[in-house]
Parts: sequence; structure tokens; C-alpha cells
Amino acid sequence: MLTLAILIPFIGAMTLAFMPKIERETARIIAVGTSSLSFLLLLVVWAQFDTGAGAPAFQALTEIEWIPSLGVAWRVGVDGMSLALSLMSGVLFIACTAWPMENPERPRAYYAWFLFLEAVSLGLFLVLDLLIFYVFFDLSLVGMFFLIGRWGHEGSQRAAFKFFIYTLAGSLAILLAIIGLVLSVDPITFDMRALIEAQPLAGMDLRGGLILLGFVVGFAIKAPLFPVHTWLPPAHVMAPGPASAILAGVLLKMGTYGLVRIPFQMMRETFADYALPLAIIALASIIWGAVVALGQTDMKRRIAYTSINHMGYTVMGIAAAGALLNGSEGAREMALTGAVVEMVAHGLITGALFLIAGGFWTRSKTYELDAFGGLANVAPRMTVAAVIAAFASLGLPGLAGFVAEVQIFVGTFAVFPWIAAIGLLGILITAALFLRLLQQVFFGDLPKAREGFPDVGLREGTVLAALLSLVILIGVYPRWLLDLIGSASSAMIGG
Amino acid sequence: MPIGDLAPEIAIIVAAVFALLFAALAPRRLQAGSAIIALAGIAVALALLLLQLGETRFTFSGTWALDGASLWARVMILLATGFCIMLSPDWFRTDPRHGEYYAILMLAALGAMTMAGAGDLLQLVIAVLLSSVTGYTLAAWHRDWALSVEAGMKYFLMGALANALLITGIVLILGLLGTSGYQDIAIALKLGKGLSPLLFVGFAMTITGVAFKLGAVPAHAWLPDVAEGAPVPSAAFLTVVPKIGAAIALARVVQLVPPEFMNLRELIAVLAVTTMTLGNLAALRQDDLRRLIGWSSVAQAGYLLMAITVLGLSPNALTALLAFVASYAIGNLAAFSVVAHLRGRTALGDYDGLAVRQPVAAAALVIAFLSLVGIPPTVGFFGKLTLFITTIEGGFLWLAVVAAANTVVSLYFYAHVMGRVYFGTPTGDVAVLGRLSGLAVWVAAIALLLSVIPVETALSVFDMSRLLPL
Repeated sequence: MLTLAILIPFIGAMTLAFMPKIERETARIIAVGTSSLSFLLLLVVWAQFDTGAGAPAFQALTEIEWIPSLGVAWRVGVDGMSLALSLMSGVLFIACTAWPMENPERPRAYYAWFLFLEAVSLGLFLVLDLLIFYVFFDLSLVGMFFLIGRWGHEGSQRAAFKFFIYTLAGSLAILLAIIGLVLSVDPITFDMRALIEAQPLAGMDLRGGLILLGFVVGFAIKAPLFPVHTWLPPAHVMAPGPASAILAGVLLKMGTYGLVRIPFQMMRETFADYALPLAIIALASIIWGAVVALGQTDMKRRIAYTSINHMGYTVMGIAAAGALLNGSEGAREMALTGAVVEMVAHGLITGALFLIAGGFWTRSKTYELDAFGGLANVAPRMTVAAVIAAFASLGLPGLAGFVAEVQIFVGTFAVFPWIAAIGLLGILITAALFLRLLQQVFFGDLPKAREGFPDVGLREGTVLAALLSLVILIGVYPRWLLDLIGSASSAMIGG
Repeated sequence: MPIGDLAPEIAIIVAAVFALLFAALAPRRLQAGSAIIALAGIAVALALLLLQLGETRFTFSGTWALDGASLWARVMILLATGFCIMLSPDWFRTDPRHGEYYAILMLAALGAMTMAGAGDLLQLVIAVLLSSVTGYTLAAWHRDWALSVEAGMKYFLMGALANALLITGIVLILGLLGTSGYQDIAIALKLGKGLSPLLFVGFAMTITGVAFKLGAVPAHAWLPDVAEGAPVPSAAFLTVVPKIGAAIALARVVQLVPPEFMNLRELIAVLAVTTMTLGNLAALRQDDLRRLIGWSSVAQAGYLLMAITVLGLSPNALTALLAFVASYAIGNLAAFSVVAHLRGRTALGDYDGLAVRQPVAAAALVIAFLSLVGIPPTVGFFGKLTLFITTIEGGFLWLAVVAAANTVVSLYFYAHVMGRVYFGTPTGDVAVLGRLSGLAVWVAAIALLLSVIPVETALSVFDMSRLLPL
């Protein structure tokens, strides 16, 4: 089932790539259709997923031999965390392929790359083999490189290069760390479950530290965390709206997901030793992301920096959850659940925000905040969507961001009270920057040039409504999501 | 002396002679017939090679090693040569001396094969010389074209120097140990006999001589010129085939010396680092695609040296060496097949927007480069992966880290080309060579992607291979 969910978008991508003479609309329908199909399969897996107390951690398992001499096999399976993330990715990919193309060139290739990225992203979340995880991690770079470079705005190639090189550096650090990790078990295996079981680096100080460093550097670049975040703003600004949404919504999650799945789960002792420095880096990202976002006059850059800030919350939660081997289970579990919910919520919210920003570009070819004003009068539906997304992002109760952040902060207070306290500043600043953004763009005087600003159309409206209703649903009734994610985090903390 | 042990090599010589005779007698329009003779010779040689499967012994009084390493290296050499032959008929269509080309190509392949099998220092010299002399000819084949002649000239000058060093080094070893056979040298060194700084100098000079064929520092300078100036089929051949033979030859020489004596492994590690760093940094500044591939091929030789560094320190070193050599050969041949198919176009600017005009060639070039970077699921990934694993296992973590950093640097120029091909605006039409070269591009691209499937088989047969002297 899971294998099919990965394969279907891939087949869709190949079809689009090799079938000549597919019109834009047909290509779009194929893309939306295949991503919906793969999402349906994930829903089936979810329906069968057992969140009960005695349920096995990983379910829906499949294993096919591939390179036995290296201990590599095609292993797929989900726990609550990876299922939640892949469901979120599924939603976001449907949304982004349904969203109109910003730069309507070569639609066949455009949708093919999107489906390729979908296959890769789902694959990354669903596989339980470190080597194949790495394969998908690298392929996500290739897909995004071509999407940004080919369909981005003027000068996007530089941004695409920077993204590619920066993140490849990170992924090579991960590769070396993976090799170090698997070499410490005998016989060598890339099976994630076996490695989680074995905890192969327990009691190895220097070696464990080095391997952890490799993972943290690699995933921090992908997440991204301060100070290795500098690839992110240009990549986002130059990418077309839907690609930005995927980049922020799905690709950044690969960093935080990897951080939980590999170092957190496979090297508990070493992770606990270094949790405090990691939390401090997360704190720096929170503050730095928020402060720099406040200073941006370009709306996409501003949203991009808030991503750094939000990923900071996530990593802070992860660090707090992994800081101890025993004790304060309740708080640590809460922090971890919060961190995963934050990944899901950030994916949906920031996905919506970037799509909205893309809509601004399509309409007026600029992201400068100064160029807008008073749009509430001409584009009421756009205003509503943007207000909900922005409020969700700043953590207003009743919306998805709040559910995540409150758990992260409550959990972190029990472990690192000072860091959590300083981190709260980040929420304040984010609130300020989103309110100012809304005020500038939607209220005040309407500039002459924007009088004909069209409101969101039917297609854009449906996509935004779907994303934002999920955000509200998680905000007011989070039980279903928390049950799913909680089953994973209690297994990780308790186990 | 069981002459049958040399059957594959003899098949190649016979094919070379027949190809030459055919070229001398056939009219101009039939010159390409020599290619068929050469391919037939390769097919026969491959079949004969498979008969040697599983052999691990010395033959011809210890001058010739029959083992897994040399077997697979020779298989790769023959396959790569066959691929270069596919590129040639279209390229040399108007060349009156067309048919002779294949005879020289076969002899050059023979040189590489004998390097892989050499079990005696003097045999090694003969192999290197055979490979070099034919190589100079292949590089300077377009004798009316200045760049080609320059490439051949530089190759020759570097080669003369390197071969002199090789011979001097061998004389030193021979003088100090009193033997040139690998078996006897290995026994002597295991007992710690004859260790002296002078012996180290002898080995260092021998290594330099072989490094010339490998395109590694300090004898690498010919490679970019050959890549740029030699006819593209020759460039494809010379940047791949001699390297395969040289890699095994070098591994054999290094294996003679136990890791605990003389810091030979450290010397190789230093060469590896310098080679990869220099190659990648130089490739950064190229605006000519063929030179860029040439420098990248220098860098790849640096990665290859990593496997030789940990020979005897990690049980998987030989597997990694063979896997990496195979993956490099496929990647580099694929890149050159695209260049050949596009009639050797070489200025980077001419590749702008290639994806619009020639989607297949563009895709093949990009996949080849992704493989050379080591991005999965191309075959290059598995080459690099096994290389990294074995290097770390052998205790050279720092070397793996340097190689990873180098990979990032290399991505810069590879991605630059990919960006031009896919994001650039095309100027004018793109002329292509012919149907056969187009087929070669397809073959190469498919090989790059599909070699993921037999990777388990490949790794396990490489795993079973041995490298003499044990």
C-alpha cells in the first residue's frame, strides 16, 4: 500500500515526462488525479492504523530485499509521526498542483517535476531504510533545483544553485554520519528499526558526538536553523509560489523529521548529552528568524524568515524531548507531540501563505509590501484567507499553530525553562510582524495601481479554503491528530 | 607456459592485426568495416575472459596475475573500448585513415589490460609503455588540427617524463630487493627485508609513473588537454580505459607493501587529496565543457585513490575500488558520448538551452553529471557510497570528509552546466553526428540508471574477487 502511494506519483511523473502532446489542462488533471490517488491510499493506511497502547510502533510494513550484502532493502512502514507528515504532504501536493501555474511555460515538465517531488517526499517519510532515506533526501534536492531554476522568477538560477550546493553539503554530512552509524553495528544494516533497537552508539563518546554532529549539521541545513539558513530566503523569493509552498511545507520537514527519526531515536544517549546546545541553536533560530522577518519589506522574504522561526520551535521541542533519558516523561512527550504537530501545522499554514504570496505575484509582479494597501476593499476573499493564515502562523488560539506551540512551550518549560522563556519573545515578534503585514497590505489606502486587483478565483479559492479549513479543524478539534501523533511520541519517549 | 592463460589478450592482438590489414586493403567507403572486426575481437576476448572466472593464481613464471581484480578490470576495459568504438564510425567518417584507428584502439586497450594483469615490475613497464605509445597516437589523430596535435604533444612530454620516473623507481626496487616479481617482493617485504628510505623513494617514483596513466597528481596535466583536443572518441577512451588498468596496477603495487611498513598509504592519501582538490578547483574555472570533463576526470582519479589508500586496512577496499571504477567509467563515457553526438561542441555557451533542442542528449548529460557527483539513484552513488564506507572503515575518516567537501565543490561546476542546459536560452540549431552516436547516448543513459538493478550482483562478485599477490 505504502509502496503504491510512492509509486503512483512517480508513474504519473514518468507519464507526463515521456508522453508528448499533453495540453496544460490535461497535464494538470493528471497531476491532481495522481496525487489524489496516492493521498487516498494514505487515507486507507490511516484508517487501518492502530493507535492503541499496545500497538506496534511501525505498521503497514513491507520489506523487499535489494542489496543484502550492504544490509539495504526496500523497507516501508509508518508510525504516527511519519503518517501525519505524509498525509500533510499529500494534501499540500494536491493543493499545489491544483493551484494555477505562475509561469505557464512547459506545463508537462512542470507537473512532472511536481509529481516526482511528491514521490520523493512521500518516499522519504515512509521508508524505514537509511540508505533509501538518503536516496530520497538527495533526490528532493534535484527536483527542487529544476523547479526553482526553470520556473522561478528572474535570476532564480543563482538561488537554485545556492540551494542545491548548500543542501548537498548538508546531505553529504548526513551520508558520512549514516555510514558511521551503520558501521557500528555488525553485520552492517541500514534497517531503521534494527538501528533504533540496537542503539549502537551508546557509551561511545567521541564517535557518537562526531556522528551526531554530522546529522545535526545536515538536518540543520535542511530545516534550516540559524546560522545555516542563508540559502532559504533567496530560494523562496525566486521560486514560483507552489514550489515555495512545497519547499516550506514539505522539504523543510525532512530536516526536522530526520532529526527525530535518526539521531533522536537511534542514538538516545548521545542526543541527550548534546540536547542543550541544540536547544540553544533552536532558540537562536527562533529569535533571529523573527527579528529578521520583522525587518523585511518583501512579503515572501518575510514569510520565509518566519519559517526559520517556526522550525526553531520545532527543534526546540525535539531537543527538550530528547534531553533526558528518564524523568518528566509527560512534559517531554508533550514537547515531542507539539513539535510534530508544529511540522504539520506549519506545512499547511505556510503552504497557504506562500500560495497567497504567489497569487500576489501573478497579479502584480511584485512582493514589495509598500506596493500594496487597502486590498480588503477590492479583494475580500483574499483578505479573509490571508488573515486566517497569518493569525494561524502567529499562534492565535483556535487555529493549528496554537495547538502546536502551546505544547512545545509547556513541554520545554519543564526541561529548559530559560530557553522556553526567551523563546516566547519570538511569538511576540511574530505577532507584530504579521499584524503589520496585514495592516500594510489589506488596510489603509488603496494605491491607484491596485484598483483593478482581482480577488481569488474559484480554483485558488477552493485550494485555500481546503487548506485553511484543515488549519481551523486542527485548531478547534485537534484530538484526531493528537491521537495519531501521540501514539508515536509516547512510543519514542517511553521506549 | 599455458598459452591459454593469455587467450583474451591474444584475441585482441589478432583483431588488431586483422583490423589493420582490412584497413590497408579496403576502399575508403568500407573503412568502418574495421570497427566490426574490432568489435568481434572484443566479443571473443570477453567470452574467453569469462572462462578465467574464479582463477586466482600467477602464471608465466609469476609475471602475469590471473585474479578477480584483473578479470573484472579487463571486462570493464573491453566494454568501455567497445563503447568508444560505437562513437567512432560517425566521428571519423571523412577520415581516410579511418580503419587504422581501430587497430591502434585495440592495442591501447591491450596496454590497459596488461597493466591490470601485470605481476612483475618489468611487465608493468611494458604495459605502461604500450598503453602510452598508442595513447599519444590516439590523442593526436587529427594531425591537421593544432589542438589535437598539442594534446598529443603534451601527453607525450608528460608521458616521457613519467615513464622515465617509473623505470628509475623500478630499478631502485629491483636493486634493493634483487627481484622484480611481485610474489618475491611481497614475501621479502612481509619479512621486513630491504626496508630503507631509498626503497620508499623507489616505490614513490613507481607510483608516480602509474599515476600518470591514472591522471592523478603529480602527472595529471595532460588530461584536460587531451579531453579538449583529442578526437572525442579518443578522449572518451583515454580518460577511462587506461585509468581502469592503472587503478588495478597501482593497487597491486601498493598491496606489495604491508601497511605497517613505510608510509605508503599516507602517501597515497595525500595524493588523493591533492588530486581531487586540484581537479575540482580547476574545473570550477572552465568555460569549455571538454576541459571541464577532463578536470573532473582528474578529480575522480583522486576519489579512486581513496580505495587504494585503505587497501589492506579495510576488507572492502578492492570491492569499492572496482565498484567506483565501474561507475566512473559509465558516467564519463556517457558524458563524452553526448559531446561526440553533438559533434564535439565544447564551448559552454553552446550548451545553453540544449534541453529544448536535444532533450535526450541533454538528459543524458545531466544524468551523467549527477552520477559523477554521486547523486542517487545513479550508479555513481553506489560507487561513492562503497568508497566512503571502506574509507571510514579503514580508519581514514578525514579523507572521507575531504572527499565529501570536494563533492560539494564539484557540484558547483556540474550544476552550472546542468543549469545552462536546462535554464539557458538556445541559440541556433544543434547539429548531431549520426544514428550510431545517438544510440550510444541512449545506451549510456540507460546504463547509468539501470545499473542500480544489478548492483547487488556486482558488489557480491567484486566481493569474491582477490588481488594478487595475497
